[in-house]
Amino acid sequence: MSDRQLDVREAVDTVVERLGPVVERIFARDISMILVAMLGIYVLFTIFGFLLIPSDALVGGLANTLQRVTFLTAVYAMLVLALNLHWGYTGLFNIGVAGFMAVGVYTVAVLTNPTTASPPGLGVPMAFAATLPIDPGVAHFLGLLFSVLVGMLAAAVVGAIAAVPALRLRADYLAIVTVALSEIIRLSLLSTTLQEFTLPVAGVELGTGAGRGINLPTNPVRAIYYNDPTNTAAGLTPVGEAIFPAVDAVGINSTVVVGWTYTLFLILVVAGFYWLLVRIGNSPFGRILKAIREDEEVAQSLGKDTRVVKVKVFMVGCALMGLAGILWEGSKGFTDPTSTTFLPLQTFYVFIALIIGGAGSNTGSVLGGALFASLLFEGPTFVARIFSEYLELDTAPRTFAEAFGELFALDPTPMLAYGLENISALRFVLLGLLLIVLMQYRPEGLLGHRTEEAAAVDLRDRSPAAAADGGGGDE
Amino acid sequence: MGTADILASGRDLTVERPAAVLVGVLAALLALDFVAKIAGFELTVGSTHLLGGSLPIERLLTLVWDGLVMGLAIGLAGIGLSMTYSILSFANFSHGDLVTSGAFAGWAVTFLIAGLVSGQGDVGYLLSVGSGQGPTSADLAINVVSTPLAIVLGLVVAIAATIVLSLLIDRLVYEPMRGEGAISLLIASIGVALVLRYLIVFVFTGTNRGLTSGGGRLRVLGEEGRLVFEAVVNQPGQPREVLFSLGLPVVRFGDYTAELMNVTSNELTLVVIAVSLMAGLHVLLQRTKLGKSMRAMADNEDLARVTGIPTERVIRATWLIGGGLTGASGYLIALERGTLSFNLGWVLLLLIFAAVILGGIGSVYGAMAGGVVIGLANTVSLVWIPSSFTTAAAFAIMILMLLFKPEGLFGGVTTA
Amino acid sequence: MSDASSPDASAGEPTEEAAAGTSTTGEPEATPLRVEGLEKRFGGITAVDGASFVVEEESLTGLIGPNGAGKSTTFNCITGIHRPDGGRVTFEGEDVTGLRPHAIANRGLVRTFQIARELDEMTVLENLMLAPRGQVGENLGYAVLPGLRDQVVEQETDLREAVWETLEFFEIDHLAGEYAGNLSGGQRKLLELARALMVEPDMLLLDEPFAGVNPTLEEKLLDRIHQLREEGLTFLLVEHDMDVIMENCEHIIVMHQGTVLAEGDADDIRSDERVIDAYLGGEV
Repeated sequence: MSDRQLDVREAVDTVVERLGPVVERIFARDISMILVAMLGIYVLFTIFGFLLIPSDALVGGLANTLQRVTFLTAVYAMLVLALNLHWGYTGLFNIGVAGFMAVGVYTVAVLTNPTTASPPGLGVPMAFAATLPIDPGVAHFLGLLFSVLVGMLAAAVVGAIAAVPALRLRADYLAIVTVALSEIIRLSLLSTTLQEFTLPVAGVELGTGAGRGINLPTNPVRAIYYNDPTNTAAGLTPVGEAIFPAVDAVGINSTVVVGWTYTLFLILVVAGFYWLLVRIGNSPFGRILKAIREDEEVAQSLGKDTRVVKVKVFMVGCALMGLAGILWEGSKGFTDPTSTTFLPLQTFYVFIALIIGGAGSNTGSVLGGALFASLLFEGPTFVARIFSEYLELDTAPRTFAEAFGELFALDPTPMLAYGLENISALRFVLLGLLLIVLMQYRPEGLLGHRTEEAAAVDLRDRSPAAAADGGGGDE
Repeated sequence: MGTADILASGRDLTVERPAAVLVGVLAALLALDFVAKIAGFELTVGSTHLLGGSLPIERLLTLVWDGLVMGLAIGLAGIGLSMTYSILSFANFSHGDLVTSGAFAGWAVTFLIAGLVSGQGDVGYLLSVGSGQGPTSADLAINVVSTPLAIVLGLVVAIAATIVLSLLIDRLVYEPMRGEGAISLLIASIGVALVLRYLIVFVFTGTNRGLTSGGGRLRVLGEEGRLVFEAVVNQPGQPREVLFSLGLPVVRFGDYTAELMNVTSNELTLVVIAVSLMAGLHVLLQRTKLGKSMRAMADNEDLARVTGIPTERVIRATWLIGGGLTGASGYLIALERGTLSFNLGWVLLLLIFAAVILGGIGSVYGAMAGGVVIGLANTVSLVWIPSSFTTAAAFAIMILMLLFKPEGLFGGVTTA
Repeated sequence: MSDASSPDASAGEPTEEAAAGTSTTGEPEATPLRVEGLEKRFGGITAVDGASFVVEEESLTGLIGPNGAGKSTTFNCITGIHRPDGGRVTFEGEDVTGLRPHAIANRGLVRTFQIARELDEMTVLENLMLAPRGQVGENLGYAVLPGLRDQVVEQETDLREAVWETLEFFEIDHLAGEYAGNLSGGQRKLLELARALMVEPDMLLLDEPFAGVNPTLEEKLLDRIHQLREEGLTFLLVEHDMDVIMENCEHIIVMHQGTVLAEGDADDIRSDERVIDAYLGGEV
């Protein structure tokens, strides 16, 4: 072998040597767990699809269903990861998640709405496009990006305002404060007083739109396919022209393509969240978080300024929640304060997902989000529809009373039909029961029992200079 | 103390406890503004309104009465929450849905009786409080004046059903978890909340239904200076009937002509029953052995266990009394509002928490007083802020309370 | 809780006020810890009622007294867990009265807890890795940002080595991966002590560190403590085992009912009438 070949070999060896354990330790096992779970979910929903969708619309229908399931998984994964940082790691019982999402979403709405809209906004992307010496489309996008960052910052700041006085409260008081704050935020957004107002500074007019709602920016992903994202008639980009007809041939329409593109982008964001949180968790900072959760006084007695750490971690978590809210609600193009995304109920969903996956584990958070979104949220509806179709039941009675009457007369099928018809209510009952059962029998969820040591290196792996006994790997 | 001393201690106080001083100053300003408004006095500088304004006595009385009604309801509901919090040591997030359950159970019976008596509607429709097709609330004409029996029986059933439900839930959910941390129990109670609320949706549907129609009113008004008390009955489809009209002799207030107060029979029922129940509870706590055990246990569970007070029995009593009062409050709130939906208790939950925290967790009297304070805060704050912010204002008070005086106004963790 | 303002005296340098202490050796400069007129009340109970004493540099000083004498409360007041109602605490010449616990620990004054407070759901390794001061990775930016994280990894590798050495010395290396919550009472005590040492303090307040520890290991630990003294550490030790105190501490402070009853070396204390009365008379 030539010298050069040997050098290359050596270089590759070093890279593999250095990267290998890292990848193996952090990603291989955990990511494969997530991938396997997603695969299982896809298989399940494909089966659902086969059973429910007529064969001529099968491919399109499947693409749509799987997109929706993946989208929800991604969004919930983000939220659960952020909440895990607060509660799983640091023991901060924050049930105001919905409020911080609202702050993020509405900040973006106010910043991106044109000054001529109703309610008027600050029109930041338009301002960027008008003033920056670059391509207006790119400038517009930068303006959008800027607004999203400000939205995250706003959520972090609101988090800080709440945190500084409230973080010294015991857990259940903090819970009450955060949910009350979340409600104050929602009620303020609903209030007609803030529907449209004028800032004393520079007479700027702004508004929340109150009950009538407010527009959110058009999904920038559309710009990949459409020349003008706001106007389909303006024609397709080369990418659009290449892809749309091709997928249309198999029955997948353009909306689904756009949806999938956005969802793939979200998956990247989830990966980003995961990377960030693993970094935070596997570090001395992460150790302090865990110590705060276990016994804050001990951490203080060892010299750690826990108050500052708590505020910092609270702000980071809130910023992430704000981003998740922006990405979720933002895809709808429009929002209003009655959106379920902003209700305390939404926070409870995230909690359930976190508990399922295992508080304290980042991988558990993603798994919990996936399982919750697909099996508990979307799943029951599909199962119900399958049962209704294949059992060929008569029309369900309209009231429980009627169904119960039939049950009394020893005919169970109307009750079954009624149950399937009202599966959405029963789904919540199921969630509630699951929560109770989890807290009684397995509060650590799926992965919460794992020993994920908070350190930047593998603590069990002693350096070669020390004793040979060290043991590799974790659990 | 000399002036110098007063100023010095004032300065020290500002440095040491700036938040308390700030709250005190704000409270003083509000009080001043309040008095000015009542007096009809207004202080403006140029075109900027500084202080005072107008607050007619009728409006004030309406606000106070509305606040009192709401406050008593919340206080009644809060007693159960407060007892659970102190004796079982966790924040019960399903409490609001217990309120709703009591309301539905009681009103199912009321509808049934009213329907059967007037020969309208079938059993299924009536027992599900009007889900589906059937006579409307106007047809049934349920109100305290015309269908008192249905109301009383409904109240009794509401109380009984909520007691049974509370004991059942405790047996299934909380008893296996005795000794677990407060947070685990809190989360479990969220599960219970979801189960209760959506079972109610499943059985009774999610519609918001009307309950009452017609009823009586008590009016206090001025007629050219004379103070007149009047009782009126208003049945649907029938002309307004004046039961009595009494003028106060001798005393005259100029030529004052306006309606001072207008309270419905439903509101009066709520107030009377709530006060009676609270009075009954007071007697129980002070005079009976059970009451004394409950007070002891709230103070210190380990102590109670050691000194031989049977704690499981006390826990059962907690659910009994707390559950009963909670069911009553749910029924009465629905009565006073005249409508019922599955969300009734859930949207009130935070306000009930606010009342309990204000009054001091574990203090029954605190919950009662806290409820009234929150109710009044919610309505009287309309003097200063727009209606969309009054609930937020009540929440803000609760947050401030938790931050600065978590033991509440009446302090300590005693049941009495 | 506000941070108390402190006169600017760099650690270790003598100040004029130091001369006012009751030092038996008469050397006001070598007093790492000075407690003057400490007071602490809880509701109606006065736990500490005007306690004053001095701990000499590189000494192993014992703090004894019957139950309820106020020893743990004094520890808590010194280390910032409680805010004293009166009096002053001076550490290495700096007034640290009323400072928050982390500020005091960061100045090199570390304590262990009488009932070992382990971070239950963290492993023994994590417990020890938590302790050292000056970890760059405790800064969020360093923990996350790509370039800076390399420094964190480097420091973590060094710390890991130190942690394993400590584990081996304390003979609990076989428990390294265990959750601290699964340890026995004696093992927890060892972890408590090991963790406190990992902070590399200037002075250690040990609250009954040997309860539940086997005698051989206790000997070994005492040897280590003496060794550390020669390296510059100061120890204030609360123990109920009189033999340990008498045999190892060159200076003993006796507390009773919230104040310092007597001070001296082992012989002085053994023969002090008041001390004997306090223990036997047993008012508490």
